Amino acid sequence: MGETTVNVTVNGRSCEAVVEARLTLADFLRETCHLTGTHLGCEHGVCGACTVLVDGAAVRSCLMFAVQAGGTEVTTIEGIAAPDGELSTVQAAFRDCHGLQCGYCTPGFIVSVTAFLEDNPSPTDQEIREALSGNLCRCTGYQGILNAVHQVTGAARGEEPA
Amino acid sequence: MKPAPFEYHAPTTIADAAGLLADLGDGAKVLAGGQSLIPMLALRLAVFDHLVDVGRIAELHGIERRGDALWVGAGTTEAAVGASVEVASSVPLLAKATPFVGHFQIRNRGTLGGSIAHADPAAEYPAVALALDASMDVVSSRGSRTIAARDFFDGLWSTSMETDELLAGVSFPIWGGRCGFAVEEFARRYGDFALAGVAVAIELDGDDRVRRSALGLIGMGSTPERAVTTEAQLAGQPVTEVDAEEVGRSAVAGLEAVPSDLHGSADYRRQLGAAMVARAWRTASAEARHG
Ligand SMILES: Cc1cc2nc3c(=O)[nH]c(=O)nc-3n(C[C@H](O)[C@H](O)[C@H](O)COP(=O)(O)OP(=O)(O)OC[C@H]3O[C@@H](n4cnc5c(N)ncnc54)[C@H](O)[C@@H]3O)c2cc1C
Ligand code: FES
Ligand code: FES
Repeated sequence: MGETTVNVTVNGRSCEAVVEARLTLADFLRETCHLTGTHLGCEHGVCGACTVLVDGAAVRSCLMFAVQAGGTEVTTIEGIAAPDGELSTVQAAFRDCHGLQCGYCTPGFIVSVTAFLEDNPSPTDQEIREALSGNLCRCTGYQGILNAVHQVTGAARGEEPA
Repeated sequence: MKPAPFEYHAPTTIADAAGLLADLGDGAKVLAGGQSLIPMLALRLAVFDHLVDVGRIAELHGIERRGDALWVGAGTTEAAVGASVEVASSVPLLAKATPFVGHFQIRNRGTLGGSIAHADPAAEYPAVALALDASMDVVSSRGSRTIAARDFFDGLWSTSMETDELLAGVSFPIWGGRCGFAVEEFARRYGDFALAGVAVAIELDGDDRVRRSALGLIGMGSTPERAVTTEAQLAGQPVTEVDAEEVGRSAVAGLEAVPSDLHGSADYRRQLGAAMVARAWRTASAEARHG
């Protein structure tokens, strides 16, 4: 019941498959495209681990069906670093500031923060906290994550890293 | 944690969507941003044979001035509402409510029409629509009609739309003159559904008397609630003599179905609601007096 062909551009590569309509974009990325960097914590929109960019906007890939993503450009965590593997500024800051421990939530945080700073390169502390509120982390206590975002925005203003 | 199988339809016009809803009957459900519906499907709290995705219907998008109201297409994302200069200047209450709607990732997909059609009593947009006497444009293959907000929300997660009807857009009356607007709410974590909240609009006359006010309560009943008795008592009063705490107490006094659960008893929510009303009243009345 309900099979459709979808074509999604994922990290610059075209990905076409016949899928069930009920397949979420998250499962499409993980199981059809074999990009397992997108993590699933809750599968109902609460934790943010599955965040990806769809046409540049951060969205929860568990709350979208693959068929709805047809014709869009998706960026997953695998598409955030440079092609030679050099970490993005946001990724490097998470490493520097201990913004991760087990790492389960990290792809969602990195993608969310990347999109947020693209729109708002010099946010206030309050804006950063609001932006992070859509992602849950069970390990870090959030301080390392907050520091990582401050490191990126501080560096953008020409400040020395703390 | 996976939705049950369904047949997917992606019409590109309102007429086609209405035709599908008429043909498919009760087994069909409209899918907009999916930010409320997909969690329910994933948890199997809801199962439908057909989903009619309205996300590809261009006519459902847009924000435009229509007479003395601002029309917002049902398919307009919450993010687009939040970013709109027109919304911020014409319907500030809607703009002020938007940052409270979930998180930015949710607002990138979730739509204004989806939020209003979902009719969660703790959601911000339904309370704003009720407070401002918005009207809903509803379309089906039988024709179109307009439903006033006060007749629209008729129960928990329930509206007076029929299952074959599609919400096309919402018109928000534009308040002119000496006005002030505020939204206040309390949630356990930023972006969560509020335990209690309020959307307040005030208009003053040239002598600082309350010409009209609107208080839309969030999370205080099985539908969004309007504190009509309080509004009537406030009309004509000099705003400097109004006690904000008393407005708060009065606004929650007549409520009959304040929710009670492990996050808070009905009594607690009532107190919280009164405090939120007082806070929002102070902010909105100061804005109306001083601009
Ligand atoms: C983690 C999380 C936190 C959230 N927090 C909040 C919050 O604090 N405040 C808040 O207000 N919301 C919150 N939401 C919900 C969010 O705002 C949803 O986007 C919104 O309620 C539904 O909009 P949607 O476009 O996603 O609709 P969908 O989920 O696609 O649909 C919701 C319902 O409306 C119906 N529907 C949708 N569009 C139409 C239409 N045009 N005509 C007829 N029926 C239609 C659908 O059939 C369905 O029954 C949250 C969601 C999540 C996942
Ligand atoms: S897995 Fe998507 S939000 Fe938790
Ligand atoms: S690092 Fe373990 S959940 Fe965030």
